[in-house]
Amino acid sequence: MYRYDQFDHQMVAERVAQFRDQVRRRLSDELTEDEFRVLRLQNGLYMQIHAYMLRIAVPYGLLSAAQMRMFAHIARKYDRDYGHFTTRQNIQFNWIKLPDAPDILADLATVEMHATQTSGNCIRNITCDEFAGVAKDEIVDPRPYAEILRQWSTFHPEFAYLPRKFKFSMTGAATDRAAIALHDVGLQVVKNAQGEVGFRVLVGGGLGRTPVIGTEICAFVPWQHAITYLESIVRVYNEHGRRDNMYKARIKILVKEIGIEAFRQQVEEDWKFTKDGPCTLTVEELARVAACFTAPAYETLADTDVAGAHPGNTAFANWLQRNVKPHKMPGYAAVVLSLKKPGMAPGDATAQQMEAAAELAERYSFGELRITHEQNLVLADVKQADLFALWQVATELDMATPNIGLLTDIICCPGGDFCSLANARSIPLAKAIAACFDNFDFLHDIGEIDLNISGCVNACAHHHIGHIGILGVDKDGEEWYQVSVGGAQGNHSAIGKIIGKSFRFGQIPEVIVRLLQVYVDERFDGERFIDTVRRLGYEPFKAYVYATPVEDDAELAGPVYDLLKQGTPYDLPYYSPRF
Amino acid sequence: MIIKNKTVVADDWCILRLNEQDAPDRVSVPAGKIIVPLKVWQAQRDTLKARAWLGVWLDSSERAEDLQADIAKFQVIAVDFPRFADGRGYSIAYHLRNRLNYVGELRAIGEVLRDQMFYLQRVGFDAFVPRTDKDIHDVLKGLSDFSETYQASVDQKVPLFRRVHRGASI
Repeated sequence: MYRYDQFDHQMVAERVAQFRDQVRRRLSDELTEDEFRVLRLQNGLYMQIHAYMLRIAVPYGLLSAAQMRMFAHIARKYDRDYGHFTTRQNIQFNWIKLPDAPDILADLATVEMHATQTSGNCIRNITCDEFAGVAKDEIVDPRPYAEILRQWSTFHPEFAYLPRKFKFSMTGAATDRAAIALHDVGLQVVKNAQGEVGFRVLVGGGLGRTPVIGTEICAFVPWQHAITYLESIVRVYNEHGRRDNMYKARIKILVKEIGIEAFRQQVEEDWKFTKDGPCTLTVEELARVAACFTAPAYETLADTDVAGAHPGNTAFANWLQRNVKPHKMPGYAAVVLSLKKPGMAPGDATAQQMEAAAELAERYSFGELRITHEQNLVLADVKQADLFALWQVATELDMATPNIGLLTDIICCPGGDFCSLANARSIPLAKAIAACFDNFDFLHDIGEIDLNISGCVNACAHHHIGHIGILGVDKDGEEWYQVSVGGAQGNHSAIGKIIGKSFRFGQIPEVIVRLLQVYVDERFDGERFIDTVRRLGYEPFKAYVYATPVEDDAELAGPVYDLLKQGTPYDLPYYSPRF
Repeated sequence: MIIKNKTVVADDWCILRLNEQDAPDRVSVPAGKIIVPLKVWQAQRDTLKARAWLGVWLDSSERAEDLQADIAKFQVIAVDFPRFADGRGYSIAYHLRNRLNYVGELRAIGEVLRDQMFYLQRVGFDAFVPRTDKDIHDVLKGLSDFSETYQASVDQKVPLFRRVHRGASI
């Protein structure tokens, strides 16, 4: 993985010093909260219901065991022994005190990490295929380019005060596992007919209040020109993106308003001034960065029948089937450590789990881990011969739930238990659903399905692209849940369609049961839920769900608390007593 | 007092801001060193161009390109930041320096605060009028927050990867 040189270290150290002084000036009231807010956001610090939340950047989702241990240290020393992995491959801590924030950043700097630009109206962490470098269907390893773009976008002087946040996502594989069509800019690293590497560039995708699938602005930008071309895109957006209405400020609105042709023309006009200039990437720089991403010291092995070596062990077989992914090297596999055990908040990991995951990475996977945008962890380079031992340890750690890609692998935002934007309780709903469907045979029969739960229209849990999407909405101060079907990420990205009027919390599991019933009745052999929805349209699903009244299971809904109204006193222990 | 070339110096330029009732073509432009709004320059170009001393300022919604034909006329070009979080002024400055090759004084006015100074300097501003409630000497400190940068901009035309030998890990 990429290692800092003296320049990276120096800039991060100076950033910590800068923020330490900004915090000092805020605490002494030299800075007003209005002046300070933007500065703290660009250092990943949000104000939430109970406390400050710190979002730490995990560049393109890749981290070392030492970095994972640092998260455990932060969880123990500054938070409440746990952290939350996010859909943008970052980690969030929910119980941070402002005076501690500079010390946390200083601690992070010792392991070559920071929280720079994880919030604010700037270029955010660039997300990436979680199987980059090991996927069988990879065309080009995108990580060197992601690192080069990370450096370009970090402390970019012109783009710190954009109209709104700006997100890049990147893949280098045939199958898009990075949701590139749903980002402000999506990049697919490809090869042209001559075998040269370049970028297919999508622009103007995004979720949030107005979900839009990105449009191709250029089919092939040679890699040498990546920085200048992308800089022109962001510059045109900085100049022309709307600033009068924050809900219309993303680049997708600009592209829609002026049209992709006009937008492309403006970008190319701007690009003329910088193309082939000093910002053109060099072979030397690409080689320097790419050298950090060379393959680890794989042994020469053959693929083996791992399940066959443990006949009758269905639990292990289930885990192999769901949580172990193919690897480009014979004899190796990529392992997904599930952070979706029913009963746990999706994406949460305790300090103990983080330390154990670091230990597993060192023992079995060359000391590296990845965070997936589906909020799980990956050990990317595990010998097939080690899978059984790994499974045993992961089971003890509650990280071996065999549910990757299944209904209980729920993608979920922090919701009303933490976030001051939320209209709804995402985590309690995810827990209730996971509890209702906690049966492997049933889940396995239903098969691959993406269920995404967002607590508000900001769509942190990407509900628009869930095969089933659930969105918390506020109606006259009450929490309601809107259900959509047919959304999808990947090569056939689609925005889900809302099936009808919203439901109460306690109705949602029954709604899901009914959606699945239609699927089970109508599916062809081997057909996934999403494919049945695509074939039939959403009408049969809608008709069945609304055919008879759906009972509201009040017990399931649990105690009602006033969302948005008040925080829990900071000194209450551990998890939010709200759930 | 303003910040210019990284020091606090006296300044004798005045900035003309229009009131609501002022029409750009009729407002009276005082004599002396005056920085007029782009609209006033455009409306009164024929008379103003005879002046020995003249500056112009752009609102964040205006375009550097509108000065293309006249760029050599001004001793000062200023860019207004109505709010410090309005980042259009950064690209305006970049265009003035990089596309229009403006080499005169480029002044940031409006909500100019310490914590934006480093980036403002990077995109080509060399003069700053901090918001009046702020201590100008404190604002000055913002120019030295960082000693190195990754990417090219106006202050540093060559990105880090072309300037230095970047080492392996420490």
